[in-house]
Amino acid sequence: MIKRGFLYEIRKNRTLFLMALPAVFLVLLISYIPMAGIILAFKDYRFDLGVFGSHWNGFENFKYFFNSGTGLRVTRNTILYNLLNLATSQLFAIMIAIFINEMRGKYFKKISQSIIFLPFFISWTIVGVFVYNIFNYETGTLNTVLKSFHMDPVNLYSTPTVWIFIIAFFNSWKWVGYTSVIYIASILSIDAECFEAAEIDGANIFQKIFYITIPSISPTIFIMFLLNIGRILRGDFQMFYQIIGNNGQLFDTTDVIDTFVFRSLLTSGDIAMPAAATFYQSVLCFVIIMVVNGLIRKTRPDNALF
Amino acid sequence: MENNLAFDRKGKIPKTEGANLLFNIISYTVVTVAAILCLLPFEILVSGSFTDENAIAQHGYGIIPSKFSIEAYRVLFKFPDSIIRAYGVSIFITVIGTIVGLFVTSMTAYVMNRKDFKYRNKLAFFFYFTTLFNGGILSTYIFFVKYLQLKNDMLSLILPLLINVFYLIVMRTFISSIPDSISESAKIDGAGDFTIFMKLILPLTKPGLATIGLFYALDYWNDWYNAMLYISDANKFPLQYLLFSTLQSAEAISRISKMASVAAISVPTLSLKLAMAVIATGPIILVYPSVQKYFVKGLTVGAIKG
Repeated sequence: MIKRGFLYEIRKNRTLFLMALPAVFLVLLISYIPMAGIILAFKDYRFDLGVFGSHWNGFENFKYFFNSGTGLRVTRNTILYNLLNLATSQLFAIMIAIFINEMRGKYFKKISQSIIFLPFFISWTIVGVFVYNIFNYETGTLNTVLKSFHMDPVNLYSTPTVWIFIIAFFNSWKWVGYTSVIYIASILSIDAECFEAAEIDGANIFQKIFYITIPSISPTIFIMFLLNIGRILRGDFQMFYQIIGNNGQLFDTTDVIDTFVFRSLLTSGDIAMPAAATFYQSVLCFVIIMVVNGLIRKTRPDNALF
Repeated sequence: MENNLAFDRKGKIPKTEGANLLFNIISYTVVTVAAILCLLPFEILVSGSFTDENAIAQHGYGIIPSKFSIEAYRVLFKFPDSIIRAYGVSIFITVIGTIVGLFVTSMTAYVMNRKDFKYRNKLAFFFYFTTLFNGGILSTYIFFVKYLQLKNDMLSLILPLLINVFYLIVMRTFISSIPDSISESAKIDGAGDFTIFMKLILPLTKPGLATIGLFYALDYWNDWYNAMLYISDANKFPLQYLLFSTLQSAEAISRISKMASVAAISVPTLSLKLAMAVIATGPIILVYPSVQKYFVKGLTVGAIKG
């Protein structure tokens, strides 16, 4: 083999280069060029001067973001919600996957799996309608039901802690079907001989699940957690925004980095704090995923993401 | 199981039988409850949309309509302009976005599968990196609005979702199941790379195209976020965003009522919101049974790689 240069490759595979070009161009436009925008965190942005014309102001934006207490609050909320949502949705998804996989009734299995997968297809907008439909104080279904039992109606919009559970519920509601499909695929790839051997040895179904199924799907569980740890500082904006909206009373327990950035951007027009928040979120996420993946590459190379 | 149950010394049913029965009770109960919880919000929504306005104002939304009425749907269909237009926008961006996205994605995936393309791994990492690090919504927003002038432009609804790296990886897996010898022998016969892709590869990867195409279509159909960021002209609202803005503002409701030339007093606002949500969700529910298997396939393929 003679070592050939880049120009030779281009000549040889001109068509292939051209075929990859549209996607490369699009990703440059949508992802790579905006990456440059994170320098806004160190600038006093003015719309008329543009991103590169605005003046540098060092760490002022970060000071502002953290000293106001906002930084700590949204970081805390984002991390806690992600941990709670990750734990609940994965646990339910694994349970549902194991249960559905063991079911004998063909039709029950099919229909229940379809129903549980359905929410994945529903946009968060509709979930926003559900929340209004069920929880609003004047006409919500919850209060209708409470009143029919002669109980007092509850005003959930003045009790911020309840929303932690509502958000966790709808997060699971939307993702459990989707995630369980992945786990079912993982369970189906287990060698059937293991189960047969265990059955001959007199293992009951619980033993089979705890000693064969769960250990066998642990790489998948592991990867799911790894992917989510890399996103620990990213709140699912669409979910939070549709469920909570602009209810200021609930911000203390429900405001996450993404909703905060969005609100500042569209309502107050103040770019300093959200720019600092964005920089801090993007860079920290990147560092976390690199560190975690590096550790895994050292200990369990098969499970590393890249 | 066998007829001659091997009783243990105390004369009880053997452990495995009891355990299996217990497991079945638990699993069927949990899955049934999960399925009910997945359907319940839809049921409450549909029920509310068919309830008489005054009944809602008095008692709130119920689990079943306290007084049946189709008034909300009548008002919507009396002057359906804004809904029909929003449907048109949604269909337009879904069709264009899906076709272009699918074409670019599969073409790029094919290039990444070509063993004689020297830079295929570098290319893969170029795309993968965008999932690890991004500039955040703030800089994307400024870039789109200030530098690309995309405010109120349909492109702003299509571009952000046009290339999805996860779908690219799944498509690459689908195409990698096609033997390399097909491309190689066609090349020897003098076919160009683009011809090979169009005439040989695409027809051979129909299940992959259907899967990824549906993933893209769902993303476009359910998108309201980009509309919220970039679209302020009500004539360019996609369906999901029209629904959202209707839910947010009484003003939108009165706009519909003005068009429908009914007095604002008699507009069934409470049921109208829900009826709109039902109409926006309808198409998804209708096509869901026939497309579900493609999503399961896509997730399974993605999970094995992921």
